[in-house]
Amino acid sequence: MKKFTLNGLIGGFLITVLIATAALGLFWTPFDPMKLSFTARLAGPSATHLLGTDEFGRDVLSRLMVGAQASVWIGFLTVSFATIFGTLIGLVSGYARGWVDGAIMAVNNALLAFPGILLALGLLAVFGANQYGIIFALGIAYTPSMARVVRGAVLSLREREFIEASRVMGNGELFTLFRHVLPNCLAPITVLATSMFGWAILSESALSFLGLGVPPPAPTWGNMLAAGRPFIQQAVWLGLFPGICIALTLLGINLLGDALRDRLDPRMRGLK
Amino acid sequence: MTKDMSAETLLSVNSLSLEVAHTGLEVVKGISFDIAPGEIFGIVGESGSGKTLATRALISLLPPAIKVTGGSVRYKGRDVLTMKDRELRHLRGGEIGVVFQEPMTSLNPSMTIGRQLEEGLVLHTKLSPQDRRAHILDMLKRVGIKDPEGALAAYPHEFSGGMRQRIMLASVMLLKPALLIADEPTTALDAVIQRDVMELMVELTRAEGTAVLLISHDLPMVARYTSRIVVMEKGSIVEQGRTEDLLDAPQHDYTRKLLSSLPFRGEARALDTSKAPMVSARNIVVDYAGRKSLLKKAKPKRALHGISIDIHEGEVVALVGGSGSGKTTLGRTIAGLVKESEGDIRFQGRSRDEDWRDYRLNCQMVFQDPYSSLDPRMTILALVEEALRLVPDLDAQAKRKRALETLEEVGLNADYASRYPHELSGGQRQRVAIARAIARRPRFLIADEPVSALDVTVRAQVLDLFSDLQKRYGFSCLFISHDLGVVEQVADRVVVMQDGRIIEEGDRDTIFDNPRQAYTRRLLSAIPALGHNERGGVTLKWRLENDA
Amino acid sequence: MLAEWKAAFNRGETMLRFILSRLLMALPTIVLVSITVFALIRFIPGDPAALMLGDMAQPDQIAAMRTELGLDKSMPQQFAIWAGNVLQGDFGRSIVNDEEVLPLVVSRFMVSAEIVVIAVLLASLIAVPAGVIAAWRQNSATDLALVGTATVLLSIPTFWLGLLLLLLFGLKLGWLPVLGYVSIGDNVVGGLLYLVLPVMTLVIHEAGVLIRMARASTLEVLRLDYITHARAKGLSESAVLWRHAFKNAFGPTWTMIGLILGNLLGGIAVIETVFTIPGLGRLMVDSIFARDYPVIQGCLLFVSLSYVLVNLVVDLLYPLFDPRVVAE
Repeated sequence: MKKFTLNGLIGGFLITVLIATAALGLFWTPFDPMKLSFTARLAGPSATHLLGTDEFGRDVLSRLMVGAQASVWIGFLTVSFATIFGTLIGLVSGYARGWVDGAIMAVNNALLAFPGILLALGLLAVFGANQYGIIFALGIAYTPSMARVVRGAVLSLREREFIEASRVMGNGELFTLFRHVLPNCLAPITVLATSMFGWAILSESALSFLGLGVPPPAPTWGNMLAAGRPFIQQAVWLGLFPGICIALTLLGINLLGDALRDRLDPRMRGLK
Repeated sequence: MTKDMSAETLLSVNSLSLEVAHTGLEVVKGISFDIAPGEIFGIVGESGSGKTLATRALISLLPPAIKVTGGSVRYKGRDVLTMKDRELRHLRGGEIGVVFQEPMTSLNPSMTIGRQLEEGLVLHTKLSPQDRRAHILDMLKRVGIKDPEGALAAYPHEFSGGMRQRIMLASVMLLKPALLIADEPTTALDAVIQRDVMELMVELTRAEGTAVLLISHDLPMVARYTSRIVVMEKGSIVEQGRTEDLLDAPQHDYTRKLLSSLPFRGEARALDTSKAPMVSARNIVVDYAGRKSLLKKAKPKRALHGISIDIHEGEVVALVGGSGSGKTTLGRTIAGLVKESEGDIRFQGRSRDEDWRDYRLNCQMVFQDPYSSLDPRMTILALVEEALRLVPDLDAQAKRKRALETLEEVGLNADYASRYPHELSGGQRQRVAIARAIARRPRFLIADEPVSALDVTVRAQVLDLFSDLQKRYGFSCLFISHDLGVVEQVADRVVVMQDGRIIEEGDRDTIFDNPRQAYTRRLLSAIPALGHNERGGVTLKWRLENDA
Repeated sequence: MLAEWKAAFNRGETMLRFILSRLLMALPTIVLVSITVFALIRFIPGDPAALMLGDMAQPDQIAAMRTELGLDKSMPQQFAIWAGNVLQGDFGRSIVNDEEVLPLVVSRFMVSAEIVVIAVLLASLIAVPAGVIAAWRQNSATDLALVGTATVLLSIPTFWLGLLLLLLFGLKLGWLPVLGYVSIGDNVVGGLLYLVLPVMTLVIHEAGVLIRMARASTLEVLRLDYITHARAKGLSESAVLWRHAFKNAFGPTWTMIGLILGNLLGGIAVIETVFTIPGLGRLMVDSIFARDYPVIQGCLLFVSLSYVLVNLVVDLLYPLFDPRVVAE
């Protein structure tokens, strides 16, 4: 219990900072993140530019703040997509059983057989490399994991006597599904959605780093790292700060996820 | 208060106290007892009495969160609690053996039986590999393993629960310990197997001169085999003494309560069975589709072979049998949770399938596990109200009123209405489950092992509640249980099942006093006939002692 | 004797049945994966024939190309032709340089596989014992330090970590080569030097994942009765831990190692970009930029099928840690 509070506190704090920064960036940034300044190219951290400037003289802090928005927004939409569709598919599959379940799970397993971001890469080739391409690609790539977890939860819930009790009371299948099954699936869904938020932010920055994500000049942490790479020797901060942002965000999500898992669903520990 | 260490004491526990390290909660409060060599000694207590923790302390094997705060444990005069690791490891297994409750999890699933048995011999003896093998084979034979050679290379999952417990016993007795600690050794087993394993344990330990510390919630079972007993409640020993004395004239209130909680036979009721039965099942066959596999053709497994059963108005019919007998399947089939492959089920003279709505309104069920049968995300009130959702002619207000009344009837006042299941004890949860089932005023109730997950004293209270409600509302009941003691208390009629067939049925007194089938007799031999005396004690008479 | 023989035979039969059923279970997945890869490329907007010929193509050239590619046939027919070719090892040719896809993919795959396999092996050797020890000493300072470190490590994105290591060991300290790649086949010492940084990056990250996994599954096992029973038998702590707990706890970790191995094969593109390694991931990304669809298709199919294969092998070896799975 003591560990939960510590993990949860640190994780919650980091994520709050992330969301607050993203929100603040909507209204105010120290500098215009897009404004070029050839006099201030590759300037190191100073009182004016707290985190320095990049190769076009743009303020790194301002760009990181706007980049946080991209991370949060892409993470949020991706997770919503995967959660909504994955939950529906998992519920139907787990509750219907029989050939419906068999067919859905066969397709699901085939999609899960694409390792890592490979499926997202393939889908990006279809949707095109931009913000919404990423959201659809990652959303579709993550849906099977959610569907599998929800289906597993439904299958184990079906064995519980309170589901049978609902049938004995004469409740219809749909009523039972939404009154008893779904609310009891929320714990694993929450835990997985939290992890997914982290995966989405990581994948987005990786794809942007590869040049397959949000195209410049719009800043994201991933494409800032990629752009800063050639200058990393003269301007360490270009390689340092975006990475720190990503790492701290992921750390926050991992800690929060651990805390949620311990709290909500002790049996899911160790599941990726 | 040091006790005299006479030669007659094998193990001596003195004012032992244990607490949970970070909360300071005292779980064992200064208990003392002695065990003599070769004696069978019992500890009886309900869950939370501290009996299991106390016995773990005897071999200094407490969970990390539990600390010893006082007292001593002496084995042959040596202090166990201050022993060095080496000495302790020699004591464990070599001098004191332990058998746990759960045969399904106490053997290592990834190690062959042979290796697991050999491990102890390697550690505690200087036998040659050939001698070890001979010893193991001999011991496996003695505990009744049919193919000892084959068992050596087999893994635990290839054996049934009863067989695993025999193997556990073999593994422990192989080392000829001076003391065997048996913590609920048969609780997880079927009644008939329970008795076989106990008899085997007594026989083996007697042959080796091993003393036994038998720990259980089951007072009659402990009484049957022990010469002395201690009774524990909430971490303290409330009473100890010779088994007969303690049963005959209990001194402490808690012991009396424990004894009076044992199921007893009530008056036989005169029921009018001349009218057509309330529920009538004819030639019920249930086939389970076999495990489908890509390579094996699924062969259906027949769970019920054409069962017919009648339940009359106001009658409590008990369905008894071991696991795998089909009793639960029959109950679930009648409830409509399992589809019968063949057969006909009639309710109040009409086919059940004709009017499902009416059947659902009038047939309710109470499940075995009060931890699993209540939706953990609903309040107690919502749980009971949900049962009234489909009842016609009741407005929302009337439903709430009925739900609260019903909760009151099962002994839960309005304070409980807004709580969640996890805030309640097992007994309280089962009361909620009963309230949910009777809120509709059903004509027919199916109760599947409704009290088997409960502690002895709680079980007695819930059974009383059940009987009261049954008398008040007069519903018919199919009462499924493996526990004949409970059945003797509540049933009007008893139906005995084995392997998916009914092998014997009759009114309660006939079945209990003059069973015809060998299987019924074996079931009965596991439970005592109780006689209460005026001192609050009981006499235990074991039925058909020489019959099984 | 006869009984023993019969038991051995029965056990052999169940084992055979287990192996065959796992193989058969992988079949539909392989078919569906192939269909998905095929469909994915067909979903790309635009006419593949026009894309292949470029902007200057004439309508009649495109029509000819369509016939050549079989695009005028129905979808199932196209799939049948494609699958037939794939089965014969014909993955098509690159649009960009007309290279045959399969040899190209295989040669690049070997480069990636070398890094990934070494990294996963090293990470497992470090992380699994660390995780077991953390679990054994649950809630001690050792445990907290190990779990804390693991959580931090797995939160660091590999491409950033790689960048930092490159900066430190390559640029600042100058100990290791920064750019380029030499195959071990050509020059053993040089090849190894180029491997150090990418492998180190992956090991650090994956060790974080595996420590937590090994710890979680060991904790699960340490709670079970047979562990207490092993102690009650008089076994020493190390015997309890390594003989009884480890083997049973290793199962889930073993599955995780398989998943990581496969995941890295698919997700190594970023590492290869950081260290400019001509591996499979880089090939895939470059092909996406170049819209070289036959190569994208080839990469997707090859990696996903190797992933299915790796998991199949992991599954088949699982009974070594838990004999129960065979019976189920």
